[in-house]
Amino acid sequence: MTRTFLGMPATAPPGVGHLRGDEPFPAAARRALADPQLRRNLGHATGTIRGKSAAVIDEVPDWPQLRAAGAAIKADVMARLPDLLVQLEAAVTAAGGVVHWAPDAVEANRIVTGLVAATGADRVIKVKSMVTQEIGLNEALSAAGITPVETDLAELIVQLGEDRPSHILVPAIHRNRAEIREIFLRAMPGVDPGLTDEPAALAAAARRYLRQTFLSTPVAVSGANFAVAETGTLAVVESEGNGRMCLTLPRTLITVMGVEKVIPTWRDLEVFLQLLPRASTGERMNPYTSMWTGVTPGDGPQEFHLVLLDNGRSAVLADPVGRPALHCIRCSACLNVCPVYERTGGHAYGSVYPGPIGAVLSPQLTGVADNASLPYASTLCGACYDACPVMIDIPSILVHLRAEAPHPRAESTAMAAAAYTMDHPTLYAAAQRAARLSRLAGQRGRGLPPPLSGWTASRDLPDPPAQTFREWWAAR
Amino acid sequence: MRIALFVTCLADTVFPQAAKATVRLLERLGHEVVFPAGQTCCGQMHVNTGYPGEAVPLVRRYARTFDPYDVVVAPSGSCVGSVRHQHAWVARRAGDERLASRAESVAARTYELSELLVDVLGVTDVGAYFPHRVTYHPTCHSLRSLRVGDRPARLLRAVRGLTLVELPAAEQCCGFGGTFAVKNADTSTAMLADKMRHVLSTGAEVCTAGDVSCLMHIGGGLSRLRAGVRTVHLAEILASTEEAV
Ligand code: SF4
Repeated sequence: MTRTFLGMPATAPPGVGHLRGDEPFPAAARRALADPQLRRNLGHATGTIRGKSAAVIDEVPDWPQLRAAGAAIKADVMARLPDLLVQLEAAVTAAGGVVHWAPDAVEANRIVTGLVAATGADRVIKVKSMVTQEIGLNEALSAAGITPVETDLAELIVQLGEDRPSHILVPAIHRNRAEIREIFLRAMPGVDPGLTDEPAALAAAARRYLRQTFLSTPVAVSGANFAVAETGTLAVVESEGNGRMCLTLPRTLITVMGVEKVIPTWRDLEVFLQLLPRASTGERMNPYTSMWTGVTPGDGPQEFHLVLLDNGRSAVLADPVGRPALHCIRCSACLNVCPVYERTGGHAYGSVYPGPIGAVLSPQLTGVADNASLPYASTLCGACYDACPVMIDIPSILVHLRAEAPHPRAESTAMAAAAYTMDHPTLYAAAQRAARLSRLAGQRGRGLPPPLSGWTASRDLPDPPAQTFREWWAAR
Repeated sequence: MRIALFVTCLADTVFPQAAKATVRLLERLGHEVVFPAGQTCCGQMHVNTGYPGEAVPLVRRYARTFDPYDVVVAPSGSCVGSVRHQHAWVARRAGDERLASRAESVAARTYELSELLVDVLGVTDVGAYFPHRVTYHPTCHSLRSLRVGDRPARLLRAVRGLTLVELPAAEQCCGFGGTFAVKNADTSTAMLADKMRHVLSTGAEVCTAGDVSCLMHIGGGLSRLRAGVRTVHLAEILASTEEAV
């Protein structure tokens, strides 16, 4: 019998897309923390969503069972992902769509750019999607002379502001309405110079601009929330209806989808369409749920392409501890409850996937060496695990990834020494005495060497006790 | 009942008063407390910093030290959380299935203080007296890893003289997170600032919790501010009596 060793699946390539930040999390976070406007905007926005979501989740008596069902369906999907994808491909093809397989961002961008170019269009309208942000599709289209127009209001704000999204669901969560008004006045074609910062006025300005674009653009690009293997049906959920415009008006529709988004049957949607709106926006039911199966002659887009993207997902799948990160339905509940995210915002995470899910997903997609600070961007408080509608145990994956991450040499040495001491009670007791002496000799509560000085910079260490507990016990 | 005390390295070295209070309290309730020699640290710092391999001897040491006892108590939610949810994983990761099952067996007999009192010993009124205005920070590992729920609050409400005031946004992390406070010192400080703001808004004289690590963090911040609020471990409040406040 011969055995074929296939090697580790490839991670997402560098130099393309937005999975890697320019600087480690602590440095990026430090800058974000210094921005009082950002802190207010984030605190207000996450607090509001948390409250709304908690209230509607409370209404569902079988929420725990729904979560368990969601987790079980996703675990089943991952266990037979290749088969389901082949089934999906067959169903989409049978319904008149064309399926493309993209091993990574470079290939996906090449496929989409080629498809758009073949239609002769120089502009595409875009449905809000994480995956096209992940692969940097807008940059690739622009480089090919094609203008991408984001049609999700918040995504449009980010695009016009030449900014980066900072939240999965509310990409402009870091902006308040005064800032949005300024961006519109600066960058929105044909905007009324008398625009106020009333939410209704801002929405009307965006509507006027987008309407024209919808009616005059023949190609749309979307992501997908779900793809049903059994029927070949794609599903996009959104709140504004702008996605619905993109999915129905143009002649050509190109959908880019991470391979993990496939679900086995139509019936499985029942579970996720209950979980997703309550966990994400705190709505009982999603406002616009668009589903389409291939091409329907005379109705909607007459050309449909589905691009199935790997870009590191097979590598995540291959890790049994990290794999549940692929279960994510991008509801962003984990961001909204995360005390770190609430203070740093999304940009600090570098990747398009911020917050707790980003801290476990980005390092796995890129290989942990390229995002080594992200698994540490958490106190392991566990709020994300409690909030996640598909029960992803994010803290355990973080701890696992920390073990995989490259460690600073000085830290490794110190950790090994500490473990050795802790495993030898006599040395341990001696170390306790030494610690007390050095603390008494030094300035109390201050002046620890770096990196420990980071802790004492804003807090006092307590007075050293005259006796350790074990000394007290021995003398008792 | 014969109860083995796992003091935890932090309480042993920096906060012996929390451990001494645990001993006083349990003895006052008529139980025998033993302090098994050879105990050191649960290894949580190693595991959470990315060194589960280095934690294996500490997991083994914990299992060996406490296996002979039916009931083990620690005045720390996060150390008990580590024993319960990490020890077997650390052993399995190192390929030591025998240690993993031993660790699971000892973990099932290891309790955080409020769990021990309410679930095992069946008391909520421990006869304590503590005439102060107190707010309780639930700490993430007690709250979400151990699910101690309202056990600490029930114990506190039964303390004579004590006024328990609710802490706003209580379930939010204080920002300690072990090495998080060092690696992400700025974010940790921002979280601490909000926690302190909430503590101060209660008008409490004392902020209590079941974890010395979080108390060290919050107490360190309050002390730097000269805020006039003390941090006191739950065990110390429960150990206080009219004779010795
Ligand atoms: S990890 Fe869970 S909570 Fe976070 S975005 Fe994904 S599904 Fe939502």
